[in-house]
Amino acid sequence: MNFFKTDLETLHAQLVAKELTVEELVTATLDNIAKIDSKYQAFITVMDESALAQARALDERGVDPDEILSGIPYGIKDNLVTKGVLTTAASRMLANFVPIYDATVVANLKKHGAIGVGKLNMDEFAMGSTTETSYFQETKNAWDQTKVPGGSSGGSAVAVATGQVPFALGTDTGGSVRQPAAFNGIVGMKPTYGRISRFGAIAFGSSFDQVGILTRTVKDNAYVLAAAAGHDDQDQTSSDRPVPDYAAQLTTDLSGLKVAVPSEYFGAGVDKNVQATVKAAINQLVKLGASVDTVSLPHTKYGVAAYYILASSEASSNLQRFDGIRYGYRASDAKTLEEVYVQSRSQGFGPEVKRRIMLGTYSLSAGSYDAFFKKAAQVRTLMIEDFQRVFADYDIIVAPTAPNVAYDFGQNTDDPEVTYMNDALTIPVNMAGLPAMSINAGFVNGLPVGMQLIGAAFAEATLYQVGYAFEQATKLYEQIPGGEH
Amino acid sequence: MAQEPLSKTEVEAVASLAKLTLQPEEAASMTEQLAKIFDLVNTLAEVDTTGVKPTYSPSDVQNVLRADVAVDAQQATALLANAPEREGDLIKVPAIIDEGADK
Repeated sequence: MNFFKTDLETLHAQLVAKELTVEELVTATLDNIAKIDSKYQAFITVMDESALAQARALDERGVDPDEILSGIPYGIKDNLVTKGVLTTAASRMLANFVPIYDATVVANLKKHGAIGVGKLNMDEFAMGSTTETSYFQETKNAWDQTKVPGGSSGGSAVAVATGQVPFALGTDTGGSVRQPAAFNGIVGMKPTYGRISRFGAIAFGSSFDQVGILTRTVKDNAYVLAAAAGHDDQDQTSSDRPVPDYAAQLTTDLSGLKVAVPSEYFGAGVDKNVQATVKAAINQLVKLGASVDTVSLPHTKYGVAAYYILASSEASSNLQRFDGIRYGYRASDAKTLEEVYVQSRSQGFGPEVKRRIMLGTYSLSAGSYDAFFKKAAQVRTLMIEDFQRVFADYDIIVAPTAPNVAYDFGQNTDDPEVTYMNDALTIPVNMAGLPAMSINAGFVNGLPVGMQLIGAAFAEATLYQVGYAFEQATKLYEQIPGGEH
Repeated sequence: MAQEPLSKTEVEAVASLAKLTLQPEEAASMTEQLAKIFDLVNTLAEVDTTGVKPTYSPSDVQNVLRADVAVDAQQATALLANAPEREGDLIKVPAIIDEGADK
């Protein structure tokens, strides 16, 4: 079975009414993955055994009628560690790595009864915007298999957009949940920095990384975030603010909502058709009662440069742990300890990861620290202040998620500068730690266009309200890739 | 102050700091790609950051403390299963000091 036309509330009602057992649901989900995923290659690992065991145990215990995720199958990006289940971060470095604990977000969902059915493909260590840097496989866009799925959470977005799972977890360091969600026409939420614990998320840029949620609909997303979020003693950056009941606060009336539209997000380099589609969607928000003004976020254009210095610096530090000693890849030809480090890392990491480690190492080195790392961190402050000025007067910022729709494979891999500019509209949010969500705004040449909703810190509820009102007015989620289902 | 592109030798020195070794063609393309990234990075020089405090984390959480309690996770065997090479309960690595060099 697929999940194109069943949202979480429908599935939950069927499970509670025993029209469907959890085992039947999980079996049908696994059968569908076995049937169609060879076409999309979203999954690196399918968790047949553990998923079925969990399903049977839940059937025995009984589905919890007060717990919407009880018995619901879902997919997990392969940089979130899962106890006893291969976790690769799509790298040769971790091609044989079996973690001994569950990431807190995975444990939280398990507590709510959700059942992980597989681990999803991604760019290696989440570094990339097309999922092409994966060591293992090339994931295809749900709407056109000749196009990239976006990244780095490409497998997560495609698994949801092709109806293989009702929801998936991703991570977002510079746009890695929102951009693939945009490219596949689904909902992708990157919550506020600290909203979801990152314990067990394989670290990339620790002052940016945040776990995110990909779903077909806004309401489903709201349900999953409520279960996934919360303070964790194992992650000292996780917030202890109470987690609201997001789904209960949804509304279709946007009267009084003050929307800011940043002119910099509609500049050169942003496809004209993407601009037109998002502007039409903004007009829809006005029809629903919102007022709209154009604003300026003047430091936007420096975001990409500052981000690549800071995130790569943090990555070069985080990835030092991969040394071929305790776990992960060890070069077989290394004769000395130094050779174990150098050969294992040189053979275990792919080109994009090495490039970022190199940029980060250089940025942090004695001679360039001030001109690179410190300068970028100062620009980060100015970008945060840009956002603060806007949020003093407005409830939400609305813009495109990506400058273009999904493009062909192999387009930008030789020129990192061009590739990195693809993230120009998603990076600023990570610089400031703000929540942002991508939602389908329409189509250009049959490919989905993402509209990005950006909120003040911990204003996820506002993003869900606006997204829900738009979604209910347009019902774009009813459009299904291929139209064959 | 514009950052000059790195020479191939400088690129190799950075690689060595990062415990990486680059194949000759890899070093050449890395040199070229880093030069392009530096072009991008040089645009930051346009921004006046005089007196601007750097931000190293967007979090407002500060100095979180917890009780210092030892926990026996009973996970040693599972942990060791991930080691590339073992001898009993120990992780095996090549010699740190090359004994041949001292002779």
